[in-house]
Amino acid sequence: MLRRANAEISALWWRLLGLGGLDRARWQRLPRLTRRATKTFAWVAIGLLLVGFLGVWKWSALPMAAVVLLLVIPRYDRVTVGGRRVGRFIIPLAVLAIAVTYPIWASSNGTVNPGLPQLPIFGTFPQMSTMVGMAVFVMMALGLNFVVGYAGLLDLGYVAFYAMGSYTAGWFASSQFAHQNLFIGAIGVTPGLTGFHFSIWLVLLMAGIATAIIGVLIGLPTLRLRGDYLAIVTLGFGEIMPQIARNGDNLFGTGFNLTNGTGGITPIDPPGFGNWLHHHVGLPANYLTLGTNSDRAFFWTALILVLLTVFVSSRLRDSRLGRAWIAIREDEVAASAMGIPLMRTKTWAYATGAFFGGVAGAYYAAYNSGAFPDQFFFNISVFILCMVILGGMGNIWGVIFGACFLEYLDLEGLNNVGAWLNGHFGPGGSDFSLWHKTLDVPLYEFGIYGVIIVVVMLFRPQGLIPSSRRAAEFEEGVHDQPLYDVEAV
Amino acid sequence: MADALLETVSLRKEFGGLVAVDDVDFVVPAGAIVSLIGPNGAGKTTFFNMLTGVYKPTVGRVVFEGRDMTGKPPHAFTHRGIGRTFQNIRLFQNMTALENVLVGMHTRIKGNLFEAIARTPRIRREEERARGHARELLEYSGLQRKDGVVGRNLSYGDQRRLEVARALATEPKLLLLDEPTAGMNPQETAEFTSFVSRLREDRGLTVLLIEHDMRVVMGVSDRVTVLDYGEKIAEGTPSEIQKNDRVIEAYLGSAAVSLK
Repeated sequence: MLRRANAEISALWWRLLGLGGLDRARWQRLPRLTRRATKTFAWVAIGLLLVGFLGVWKWSALPMAAVVLLLVIPRYDRVTVGGRRVGRFIIPLAVLAIAVTYPIWASSNGTVNPGLPQLPIFGTFPQMSTMVGMAVFVMMALGLNFVVGYAGLLDLGYVAFYAMGSYTAGWFASSQFAHQNLFIGAIGVTPGLTGFHFSIWLVLLMAGIATAIIGVLIGLPTLRLRGDYLAIVTLGFGEIMPQIARNGDNLFGTGFNLTNGTGGITPIDPPGFGNWLHHHVGLPANYLTLGTNSDRAFFWTALILVLLTVFVSSRLRDSRLGRAWIAIREDEVAASAMGIPLMRTKTWAYATGAFFGGVAGAYYAAYNSGAFPDQFFFNISVFILCMVILGGMGNIWGVIFGACFLEYLDLEGLNNVGAWLNGHFGPGGSDFSLWHKTLDVPLYEFGIYGVIIVVVMLFRPQGLIPSSRRAAEFEEGVHDQPLYDVEAV
Repeated sequence: MADALLETVSLRKEFGGLVAVDDVDFVVPAGAIVSLIGPNGAGKTTFFNMLTGVYKPTVGRVVFEGRDMTGKPPHAFTHRGIGRTFQNIRLFQNMTALENVLVGMHTRIKGNLFEAIARTPRIRREEERARGHARELLEYSGLQRKDGVVGRNLSYGDQRRLEVARALATEPKLLLLDEPTAGMNPQETAEFTSFVSRLREDRGLTVLLIEHDMRVVMGVSDRVTVLDYGEKIAEGTPSEIQKNDRVIEAYLGSAAVSLK
C-alpha cells in the first residue's frame, strides 16, 4: 500500500513538472551530477523561500545555503588520493567543522547571534545550553546503540546507566560524603570544604567504569533471556535504580546517606583544568569562571566526548567483536554455533553501552551541577530509545541525527513551535485567532514524540538514516526462531 | 576405540515424556566419513544438536578427543573443533559472504575490545590474515567473486556452499553436515558428494553427515549408523546397511522384509 502511495506521489510530481515543460525522458538523459545539482538547488531554494516568508530573513542565509550546496552536490565518496579513499572523510570533517565553530558563528555573549536567519516555525538557531544537552544525549544514544543497534538487545532501562553516571559524579565531586576529605585535582573548591573532590576528568573515567561494572552486573543474570523477556527485565532495572536514588538517603535503614534522597546531590564541582594548565597551556582553569562563554567550553568538551564515542563506535563495529554482535542480532543460534560465546559477547555490548551512558551522565551532572532523582524516570529510557529508532538503529549518523533532533525539541524546539503557533494563530495572533487560550505545546511533549515515532514506523520503519543492513532486516525480517531448550542457553 | 574422535556414551534426550534419542552409543573414528540416516522424526537432528551443545543431553556423555564435553555451551564445542551446518540454512542473511566466513573465524582470531578500539598492528595483521583466509575458503567452496554478496541474495546452492565455507572457517576437526544436499538437483548433489570426499583428502577432516539421499550416503560414507525412534538400530559399512533387515523394515515397513 505504501509503495503504491509513493508511486502515486511521484506520478503526481511528474504531472506537475510536465506542466512546466519538463519532460521525464529528457530529465533521465541528463548527467547524474546535473540531476543531483538541480534537485539540491530546488530544495535549497524552497528552504530559502520558506525562511523568507515564514521565518525571519537575514542575508547570512545565503552563505549557509552555499555551504549546503557545496556539501551535498559533489560525490565526495569517490575522491581518492594515492589510491586511498580519503573522500569518505570529507563530509564528516565538514560537519564536525560546522559543529566546532557553531559557538563562534551562532552565538554571541550567551545568546543566539542576531545576524542569523530564523527558521519557519522552529525560530532561532539552538542556544549554547541546548547544544550542550544535544551533545550529551548524542553520546547516550550512541551508547544505547551498542546494545540495541549493534547487538539487537532491546534495553528499556538505559536510564539506569545515566543515573549511575550522574551519581558517581555526585559522590566524587561534591561534599556528599562530609566525613571524608580527599582532593584530587579539585576545581572550584572553596577552602574548608569536605567530601571527595576529584577532577572532572578522573570522575568521567570513574563514572564510565563504575557504570560498565553495573552494566555487567545487570547483564549477567538478564542476558540469558531473549527478546521480550529481556526488555521486561531491563525495564525493571531501569525502575530500580531511580528508586534507589530516591530512597538512598537512609540506605537499608542504616542511616547511611548515599544519594541524599529526593533532594539530590548538589552542587557538583565544575569542570576545569586547574591553574597550572591555565597558566602554561591556556586551558580554562574553571569553566564556571568563563561567564557567558562557559557554555562554549562545556559544548566543546562535550563534542570531544561525542567524538570519542563515535570513534569507538565505528572501530568496534568493524572489528571481530562488532561482527559477533551483528551475527547475534541476525541469528543467535547460528552465531553460537560459529563459536561466539553469547553471554560474554552480549555482556560486552552491555558494558560498552553502559560505559558511555555513565560518562554522559557524569558530564551532564557536572554541567547541571547536580544529580536529582527526578531526572531518571522511565520516560528518559524511552526517549533515548526513540532517538535510536528515529534516526536509524545501528547507523552512527542516524543515531546522531535522532538524538540531536529529539533533544532539541525537548529543550527548545517545542517552546519555539508553541511561540510561533500562538503568535500566529493564538489569542491576538498576527494572522487570525484559531484558539482563545495560549497553547502550551511543551505540555504535549510525549504525545508529540509518540506521533513522530508512529509516523516514522509507518513510513520508514528502518529509521531516517538507516544502516543498509538494518534496512534489509526490516524488509526481510530476521529468522531467529529459538532452537535452544531453556537450560542449554 | 583408541582413534575415536567423537564418542557418545548412552546419550539420551527426553522432551517431557517423549524420548527423542534413546541411549545411543556412537563412535566417529578420526578421518572417517560417517553418515547418520533414519526415517523422518528418528531423532537425527536432536542427536546432532547434542553433539554441538545446542541441547544438553538428559543422560549420557559426549566425548570429543577424549575430553568430556557434556553440558558445555555451543561455542565451546566449536572452539574445540566441531563445526556444523544447519538443516534449514541459517546464514547471517544480511551479512556479505565474506563477513559470514569472518564470523566463522571468530574463535580463531585474536584480539580483545581495547586492541580493537586502538586498532593495534597486531589487530591489523590478524584482520588482514583473516580476510585473506576467508577469501581462500570462499574460493575453495566454489564461491569465487561472491565475497561482497549478502547472504540472502545468493542462490540456494551457493547458500549451502557458504554454510560449509563458514563451518570450515571455524577450523574444525570434525565437520557435522545436517542434510547438506536437501533441495539440490542431481547434478549439484553429485558435485557436493565429491566436495565432501575432497574435504577429507585436502584437509584431513572427519565428517559426520545426516543425509536422506541414499546415493550420497552409499557413495561417500565409510560407516553408516541408522536411527529409528531415537534408537540405534544398525551400524556398519554401507553394503552391510543395505542388506540389514531392521533398516529395510524401518524405511519400508515389515512387508518389505518378507518380500525379500
